[in-house]
Amino acid sequence: MSETIRQNQTDSQSWLAVGAWWTLLLLATVFILVAYGDHLDVYEVTILFLTGFSMAWLGKVWPPFRWHALAVAILSLLALQRYGGDLSMAQQDFWLNYILASQSAIMWMSAFYLASTVIYFGGLIARSDYTQKLGSRFAWIATTMGMVGLMVRWRESHMMGSDIGYIPVSNLYEVFILFCVITSLIYLFYERRYRTRGLGGFVMLMITAAVMFLLWYAFERNAHEIEPLVPALQSYWMKIHVPTNFIGYGAFAIATMIGVAYLLVSWRAEKKPDSDFVKAMPSLAAMDDLMHKSIALGFAFFTVATILGAFWAAEAWGGYWTWDPKETWSLILWLNYAAWLHMRFTKGWHGRPMAWWAIVGFFIMLFTFLGVNIFLSGLHSYGGL
Amino acid sequence: MSEKSNLKLFGKNSFPRRLLRFLGTMELAITLLITLAIASVIGTVLQQNQPYTDYLIKFGPFWFEVFESVGLYDVYSAPWFLLILTLLVVSTAVCVTRHTPSMLKDMRNLRTQVQRKSLATMKHSEQWISRDAPDTLAASFQQQLKLKGFRTRLTDRNGALLVSAMRGGINRLGYILTHVAIVVICVGGLMDGNLPLKMAEWRGQIQIETRDLPLSQIPQESRLAIGKQAFRGSVSIPEGRSSEVVFLPMRDGYLVQALPFRIELEEFRVEHHDNGQPRSFESDLVIHDPELEEPLRHTIAVNHPLIYKGYAIYQASFADGGSALQVEAWPFDHRAGDPVMLDTKVFDSRDMHWGDRQYRLEMTNFRLFNINPDPTDDNPRRMTNSGPSFGFILRSHTGEATEYENYMFPIEREGRMFYLSGVRSSPSENFSYLHLPADAHGGVDSFMEYLARLRDRNLVADIAQLMTRDALADLPEPDANLEESLQQTLITLVGMFVRGGFDEVREFVEISLPEIERQTLAPAYLGMLREMLARIYFAGVDGHELDNTDNQNIFFLQDAVDAIGSLPRYHSPVFLMLHDYEHIQASGLQIARAPGQFIVYFGSVMLVAGLFILFYLPQRRLWIWLDEEGGASRVLLAGMTNRNPRDFDGFFDEIQQLLKPDKQEL
Ligand code: HEM
Repeated sequence: MSETIRQNQTDSQSWLAVGAWWTLLLLATVFILVAYGDHLDVYEVTILFLTGFSMAWLGKVWPPFRWHALAVAILSLLALQRYGGDLSMAQQDFWLNYILASQSAIMWMSAFYLASTVIYFGGLIARSDYTQKLGSRFAWIATTMGMVGLMVRWRESHMMGSDIGYIPVSNLYEVFILFCVITSLIYLFYERRYRTRGLGGFVMLMITAAVMFLLWYAFERNAHEIEPLVPALQSYWMKIHVPTNFIGYGAFAIATMIGVAYLLVSWRAEKKPDSDFVKAMPSLAAMDDLMHKSIALGFAFFTVATILGAFWAAEAWGGYWTWDPKETWSLILWLNYAAWLHMRFTKGWHGRPMAWWAIVGFFIMLFTFLGVNIFLSGLHSYGGL
Repeated sequence: MSEKSNLKLFGKNSFPRRLLRFLGTMELAITLLITLAIASVIGTVLQQNQPYTDYLIKFGPFWFEVFESVGLYDVYSAPWFLLILTLLVVSTAVCVTRHTPSMLKDMRNLRTQVQRKSLATMKHSEQWISRDAPDTLAASFQQQLKLKGFRTRLTDRNGALLVSAMRGGINRLGYILTHVAIVVICVGGLMDGNLPLKMAEWRGQIQIETRDLPLSQIPQESRLAIGKQAFRGSVSIPEGRSSEVVFLPMRDGYLVQALPFRIELEEFRVEHHDNGQPRSFESDLVIHDPELEEPLRHTIAVNHPLIYKGYAIYQASFADGGSALQVEAWPFDHRAGDPVMLDTKVFDSRDMHWGDRQYRLEMTNFRLFNINPDPTDDNPRRMTNSGPSFGFILRSHTGEATEYENYMFPIEREGRMFYLSGVRSSPSENFSYLHLPADAHGGVDSFMEYLARLRDRNLVADIAQLMTRDALADLPEPDANLEESLQQTLITLVGMFVRGGFDEVREFVEISLPEIERQTLAPAYLGMLREMLARIYFAGVDGHELDNTDNQNIFFLQDAVDAIGSLPRYHSPVFLMLHDYEHIQASGLQIARAPGQFIVYFGSVMLVAGLFILFYLPQRRLWIWLDEEGGASRVLLAGMTNRNPRDFDGFFDEIQQLLKPDKQEL
């Protein structure tokens, strides 16, 4: 454990790299302000700065993030250059057609997440550190391609017509991509921070499930086609409300999969404490701790997201809280995790009951995220199947 | 005596104290959190605040009453729900009140009273010998810890030196902020809820209106005066009109809230994307307020409300505001009269006569755009705009109502153009569509002419005769009887078809033919009918025969026959065609006053600040105990944290590296 921290310290101490990172961010921000400043209102400029500061901080405490962001930027810019403002290039240009057009990038993302899941589990079974490292690499590539897909889709939506463009976090298809990307980013952060790859397969399994849905949704329902936003969604609030929400969902999803891993390891350890599986996985105490951390992270961001949602509702629907089904289920989810945290923090419960509870929490989350759109009617019915 | 009861009231184990203690327990808090979560589910599963008749139909009279009495139709303001919420707030308040003093103290307390023994047994502790004297060491340690963000204090403990240090004392403030925030948010929310209205209703001061009345007839008991209270309601204003009130939906009815100003709607607009989907909804409003020097003009849109005097005015919906329509009514039976032009308006109704029947025509709606999935595209998401349509209801003299939806322009289906008219006999059904073929000039004239020809006895008789002759030409010698009967049959078939479509023809065949012959003769009859229909069609008007090899004519005939065949199910004696319109819209505004909003927002900010402090600024304490040992020092470093023990492991190592550079183990 102490290894980790020292490692982090040397990372963050390489001030030269951090300095370069910050300079780059500053330049990028200035460039966006100069190039697009006329189209941005004061809220969007604020959001731009917030994004800049978050990335500055993330890059400082988490060096691999810098390479990820750089790769996303370069590939996205390459895609834009290839497009040159003409949407039909998506089929004509080799790079776009096979790699960089949003739909292609998202297919690559899907493929790499699938592969990553298999490789992580393979590494776990073979107890091969190298293989697990490869799983991690694949997860990084998938995440990068997913992010590129979103960035390019953003631009594509603008190319469809002067007033159609919007940030691609607005329908069920887009937020599923966001979910995959954010969940794996949070996981990769933990993976490095806690020097454990044993959980990779479990988290990627969750992402694979999301990818499966995504593919079904794209091929069966043509959900990937870009369509103009309904007026209710045309708001700067969306740019912060949705991503914040998905940091919450992503963290809860990770906690769930840690819960699953915890239960498996603890059952196995009971029967055969020195089995390979038990030895290859992080210790029970470490998983318990990480589960708590994930839920705390999720809770904090989910709280922010719900509050932002309320602020937005006040502006769009005329009331910050109207007991709309989506709002109500967010509250239910929130209350559930509040109870979880109290149980864990003040009553000191831990271990299997909390792992089970984290898994139950996932089903509440799934209903909040999807079930409400499918089964209940309300104001949040944009994301229907 | 009185002293004793006082003692009892405030004593350690008195009832109020015990109650207070109970309210502040973690067990209760967790139970309440879970109970509230489960209770909240109800209102999402059962749609809230629907018309009571809907519930009645759904649950039947018995369960309807039961559910009503426990407030299931408006769960979130049911007394028992508010009770759970109140208990949670009280519990949180008691909890914070009880913990705050000790937490505040703990924030500043550097714990200089610790014993060496307890430091040595801490999970995180480390000892070593240093060559430096205790006071030099103490000064340098303090310096280094300060750089790490610690507050430090040096105390002399019977000759030994103790450096106490703490970082993240603010963590305790996180707890206080988080929990006070819950109370603040709930209080603010309560101010904006409809509890005061409920109370007024229980006391009989107001009465919910459930009838659909014109504003002027709504009784005083259902009206609310201008005031400071919170409300949320809506009002629909047609273009060019204004409103001084807003309607608050309450259970199965509404209340009328007066406004201190008048809102006029100048214009409502829907901006569209290229593909016809709406891009924005906008209303040009004028606020007339005696306190204003001149009226305030403002355009609101979805996501861009107007806030005036604490009243927030939102763009919520839109509807027709009484568009003017010019409609041509074509009787299907030309004997009922010529086509007439009607000047009417949406929401108007009038009595009409066609033939000897009387009908009531009610115009119900007008839509400028109809964006529907394009049936010619494989992709179900591709949309197309079918242009304006209008809706109306036709009531027959027996009171039977049929609803129609007619499109203004012909719509293409498989390369041919049709006037579409949807028909249904109850709002719960989907429309089924009559497809009237449009002629080369884009009118229904040709169709109506053809229909008239089918009713022309002389023409039908002539053509029946011709057809009979052709059919019987091969007979060796003419048979007058057979000829007569065949001709008559043909005339009857056409007559039945015009009256009752293919259905009636089939029914006739069933009844009139003996069973053994039905199999072979029924198709023959239908074939003869079709031949007749074609001959009548191609005979044309006034002897201008139509080209019966022209595909366009063949298709038209086929479509016209299909349309006539389905007329009996259309239930209307006329076809209404829209010629011209003046679009007048109404904007649906939502108007709200929420005096507690600021409090809720303030509480929300507190909550977020509190959570991040609580989660990410852990309280960390360090102690360094320095004993002198022959000019050198024996150093004991110990530490603890209140959360994230795993992170602290690494942190403690780091501190150790920092303070013990020469690595002299004990
Ligand atoms: C909606 C209501 C409440 C919410 C959202 C809430 C939220 C929280 C959160 C997020 C934590 C931090 C848990 C952690 O660090 O993992 C916490 C801690 C705590 N809560 Fe609550 N709480 C609520 C109600 C209550 C009530 C009613 C009580 C009183 C029984 C209470 C007592 C505590 C205590 C004692 C702590 C530990 C604080 C510490 O030692 O740092 N909470 N609460």
